[in-house]
Amino acid sequence: MLLTITYKGQNSTNLGYLLHKNPSRPQQFEMSFGLAYVFYPKASETETTVALLLDINPIDLARGKLGSKDGGLFDYVNDRPYVSSSFMSTAISKIFGTAMSGKCDKMPDLVEQKIDLESSIMMLPCSGDKKILERIFAPLGYKVEYDTFILDDKFTEWGESKYINLYLKGNIKLSELLNHLYVLLPVFDNQKHYWIGSGEVEKLIHHGEWWLANHPEKNIITARYLRRKKSLINRALKELECEDNLESNNNLEEEKESPQIIRLNDLRMEVVSKAVLESKAKSVIDLGCGEGKLIDKLLKQKQLERITGVDVCIQSLERAKKKIDILPERIKEKITLFQGSLIYKDKRFSDYDVACVIEVIEHMDLARLNAFERILFEFTSPPTVILTTPNAEYNINYEHMEGLRHTDHRFEWTREEFKIWVDKICVSYGYSSSLSDIDTSDEHQNTPTQMVIFTKEGVDNG
Amino acid sequence: MDNKNEANSKKIIEIPEFCLVALIGASSSGKTTFASKHFLPTEVLSSDYFRSLICDDENNLEISKDAFDTLYFVANQRLKNMKLTVIDATSVQKYAREQIIDKAKEYDCHAVAIVLNLPEKELQERNKNRNDRGFDNRVITKHFLELKRSLKNLKREGFRYIYVLNSVNDIENVEIVRTKLWNDKKHLTGPFDIIGDVHECFDELKELLKQLGYTKKRTDGYFHKNGRTAVFLGDIMDRGPKNIEVLKLIMDMVESGNAICINGNHDEKLNKYLRGSNVTQSHGLADTIKEIESEGEDFKLKAKDFIGSLRSHFVLDSGKLVVSHAGIIEKYQGRGSARVRHFCLYGDVNGERDEYGLPVRLDWAMDYRGKATVVYGHTPQIEPYIINNTYCIDTGCVFGGKLTALRYPEREIVSIEAKKVYSEPSKPLDACIKSSSNNDDIADDVLRIDDVSGRMIVDTFLIPNITIAEENSTSALEVMSRFAVDPKWLIYLPPTMSPCETSTQEDYLEYPTEAFEYYRKNGVKKVVCEKKHMGSRAVIILTKDSETAKKRFGVLDNKQGVIYTRTGRCFFEDELLEETLIKKLSNQLIKTNFWQDLNTDWVCLDAELMPWSVKAQALIEKQYAPVGISGKEGLTKAVSALSLAVERGYEQAEVSNITSGKNVDLSKVLENYKQKAVAIEKYTDAYREYCWQVTNINDIRIAPFHILASEKAVHHNKSHLWHMETIKKYCVDDSLFIATDYIVVDTNNIKSIEKGINWWLELTKSGGEGMVVKPFEFVAKNGTKLIQPAVKCRGKEYLRIIYGPEYTLPQHLNRLKQRGLNKKRSLALREFSLGLEGLKRFTENAPLYKVHQCAFAVLALESEPVDPRL
Repeated sequence: MLLTITYKGQNSTNLGYLLHKNPSRPQQFEMSFGLAYVFYPKASETETTVALLLDINPIDLARGKLGSKDGGLFDYVNDRPYVSSSFMSTAISKIFGTAMSGKCDKMPDLVEQKIDLESSIMMLPCSGDKKILERIFAPLGYKVEYDTFILDDKFTEWGESKYINLYLKGNIKLSELLNHLYVLLPVFDNQKHYWIGSGEVEKLIHHGEWWLANHPEKNIITARYLRRKKSLINRALKELECEDNLESNNNLEEEKESPQIIRLNDLRMEVVSKAVLESKAKSVIDLGCGEGKLIDKLLKQKQLERITGVDVCIQSLERAKKKIDILPERIKEKITLFQGSLIYKDKRFSDYDVACVIEVIEHMDLARLNAFERILFEFTSPPTVILTTPNAEYNINYEHMEGLRHTDHRFEWTREEFKIWVDKICVSYGYSSSLSDIDTSDEHQNTPTQMVIFTKEGVDNG
Repeated sequence: MDNKNEANSKKIIEIPEFCLVALIGASSSGKTTFASKHFLPTEVLSSDYFRSLICDDENNLEISKDAFDTLYFVANQRLKNMKLTVIDATSVQKYAREQIIDKAKEYDCHAVAIVLNLPEKELQERNKNRNDRGFDNRVITKHFLELKRSLKNLKREGFRYIYVLNSVNDIENVEIVRTKLWNDKKHLTGPFDIIGDVHECFDELKELLKQLGYTKKRTDGYFHKNGRTAVFLGDIMDRGPKNIEVLKLIMDMVESGNAICINGNHDEKLNKYLRGSNVTQSHGLADTIKEIESEGEDFKLKAKDFIGSLRSHFVLDSGKLVVSHAGIIEKYQGRGSARVRHFCLYGDVNGERDEYGLPVRLDWAMDYRGKATVVYGHTPQIEPYIINNTYCIDTGCVFGGKLTALRYPEREIVSIEAKKVYSEPSKPLDACIKSSSNNDDIADDVLRIDDVSGRMIVDTFLIPNITIAEENSTSALEVMSRFAVDPKWLIYLPPTMSPCETSTQEDYLEYPTEAFEYYRKNGVKKVVCEKKHMGSRAVIILTKDSETAKKRFGVLDNKQGVIYTRTGRCFFEDELLEETLIKKLSNQLIKTNFWQDLNTDWVCLDAELMPWSVKAQALIEKQYAPVGISGKEGLTKAVSALSLAVERGYEQAEVSNITSGKNVDLSKVLENYKQKAVAIEKYTDAYREYCWQVTNINDIRIAPFHILASEKAVHHNKSHLWHMETIKKYCVDDSLFIATDYIVVDTNNIKSIEKGINWWLELTKSGGEGMVVKPFEFVAKNGTKLIQPAVKCRGKEYLRIIYGPEYTLPQHLNRLKQRGLNKKRSLALREFSLGLEGLKRFTENAPLYKVHQCAFAVLALESEPVDPRL
């Protein structure tokens, strides 16, 4: 909410000329989110400080601007009015725009001069390791200091807050400082107050071109500035002429799925797809198809005449549908998608040679597994069921892992536990089973995923 | 003379009330005229009409196929809805009639042929004189000949009733009489005592009748002084000890109108024998026959008539009750065909046999969704099998089990233990119902997708036919499937609650005056104001022990109860914590004699669970506290920067309109930021009130405010005063349950209102959440209009954690006061009705899917709609 810049030097009030803001006249600006004020808490011969203070309207944030019908994007209870976030960048570019571009007719020499500047950024949200501050600002020539704050001094057990007051000191051109702040303030936060479109790439290039290209942390800065939108990041890095980095920027995807897991997922689909074909199936239903990764693998197989995907999440199905919509008609007509739930009995599940249940059961509460078992094995009773679930024993191989592999997993079974369950299914519903592991690359024969193929007894698959 | 007489006498044609009628006759035989005379215009589907419907020309034979497709499409819908349907087409060819017969079979009704069989000469004459069209006379001849050839085949083709009218005279003097279907006994409203498979167990039957209140008259046999009717579900014969006695007893009761009896598979086999068929005399039939033979020819004849008259099912009590021997699915009820009869006698069999060599009987009742209650026998088991409004009450008396009756409409089970094992069952009784969930005595019910998908309409006793849009049910399906507790536990979801109208007072968004006024103007004289606890909403289902939970809720998780949030999610992620808490709650109720007092072994409580931080700790640490600290530090810095600038002094220069920076009075800005700083302090105080460190379970407090339901009772018919006072009785100390402070306010009395306001001011002055104002009665109406079951009036300081720290600044407050309540209030009423309906259904032992629909509907109404199309 508050940013100050201090110029220490002879005739320090010249800062007013550089900023095009008269030190003796406080000013007020209309912003899309409320008001901004510019004033000078200090103005002496040797030291002058300008303050940019935001007055963000929290009700506008929550409800949308008065008279607009769009509604707001934020909660009523929100830190935005009190922190230095993307709102501050917007204000810098709007209010100090001329100074940012390094124009000053009255003091053309001073503009081009490196001067002693200090900047305080109050309440900068900076999640995670604070070392990042040094890594980002030091290469630009700043001395970095900051204060941290305890979240609530009445409840010290909650630990530190993510906010800091950041103090930068440097011998630098004012326009450089402003451009640095413009680009970097939102980099420490996890949100921007507006939609990230391709226009953001232009802004980044415009304000960062000359200093970002050689910055050692340019990948992180670019990725965070563009909110981890891969296509935009690639474009920006390309324009910054560092194409050689395109590959490595995959690592910037700070998503939960590590490359290791992505590779496993591919392998899993490969193995399942092979098992489907080996069962001599002509029709297959993928229960819990998600965005259709298995369907993708199966649709090219001539052997399969009918492929159906079921998921409870309509958004996933929509994404699956988009991929299918572009396929040739003759393939498209083999595929059906519909919303369904594995704990509601459903006639539409019937009449398939194979049912696949890939990495699904671990997302169900154990208490509701019984309903699923009856629906699949008792009422639907397909000739073949292919089912996979994580192997809990493998988790020791994941570094820094606590608890379960995915926040939505309700349980993860060891191979022993899985086998007990499989045997119970076989006895209760008349199936035989064959267990196998997916990915035996680990030297201890420990595998991340386990698979079972159930075959209904008395059904001839030959 | 003779001739004239004949002309005047009406020829009566009897057809069933519900059937498919084929009007058969050559072109120009007068079918359409005949149809309009005897049937409703909507009952008659004429091929000519459908030809013109499709191509504006009723004579266009080229589109016949399309016309018939359309005709049969309409026929399907009518027959599905049990409406008599007449096909007005020539139907002189076999293939045309076959289609009619197939249709009748598909919808399990009789096909009736009414043939207008005029002489060819008459037909040719008529054809010639027709203005609208005239066929080539060869067409008429062809029709005539085809019909002539067909007549003798009609019976064989499958028409159950055939009426051939051979002259103009015949046709003109016909009267059609519609007769009731033999299974239609809707006019009998009971009350009934429905008795399962007797199998000659005379002694037990006598005892059961006595137990049910029947006494024996010397002449007519057993009767009930209150006019109850006994219903025998068939299989009165075979296997047991006293065949003749049972037969006589039941025949007497039926004859005197004190009982009705339906056919069972054993009775049917005997019937076949008595009618001379060659049947295998197994499963006790040989003995039965011997005994009947020895009673003499008179009795044998009487028995033959009786057994021969038995029907396979009856529809009783205005369609609300259906009885059959082996059960009946909804689409067969009230219909008659070979397959309906077969189902009623043998159940849902698919020809497979089990390991005991007996036919595999499929559990049709699991999928039953019909409106009518179905009571049946046939499959013996240890206890009655009750699921989805169906009751199988064959408890294997002849195999040493018991003889069971269901009292209707009371739905009470009355049983008499067998005196001995009269016959060894070929498989153990407990193996009869196929269930793989290892439950011997409870029906493990599974929900179906069509119970909740698409556009749903739920009828509630407070608001009829509440509609749930597909957009909402689609979105709720995911939430229900992935996050909600087991549907068997989820018998209730609470409604949303609207705030009171915004206050006219300058500094307040909400103030009690408006809450009282809302109820006063809706005719509610007394309201109950309940303190809003600083916790989270929790619905608590508790049972006396896990055995009760299993029996009453059908759950298999060995839990004794659950605690869930207002969106149906488990309140605690930590299962052990939940279990311990449930145990603690249950012990408390045992200690305070709650179960006996309420005469129940389970209860559903609406409660507030404290502290709020138990549920909301993540929210506090991620949202509330950060706003507090950043606000405090940020504003401190802003105030000091502003102070420095103000101290330094400033000026205001003249600037042009196009300059973006306007002059500003910094001291005013400073003042404004000082106010903000005060607001953030108050905000921090307010959220801190809600946090107390929970180190273990003993720090948790529960404040119930509704005893929603217990065995056989939804407590919506008791006042909120009752709820408050009753709950208070069980809050013996403050260790777990805590009572809720409340006062009663008279909405017409200024003094009382003032007292209410002061009470609220006291509650809220240091960040208290406020109060909920409820009408004195749980369900309140203004005339016929349902009014809000509760409105909340939240404290000024508390609202900072809802609307943000600065909401009290005048520019914000004025804007926040502009809010519409209609949408929320309408939602609240619908959700309230659905909630109570679900509880009502549960207490009435309604099927799981019926209870689930209500909870699902509440969740759907609360869900963000999504586009269901793919």
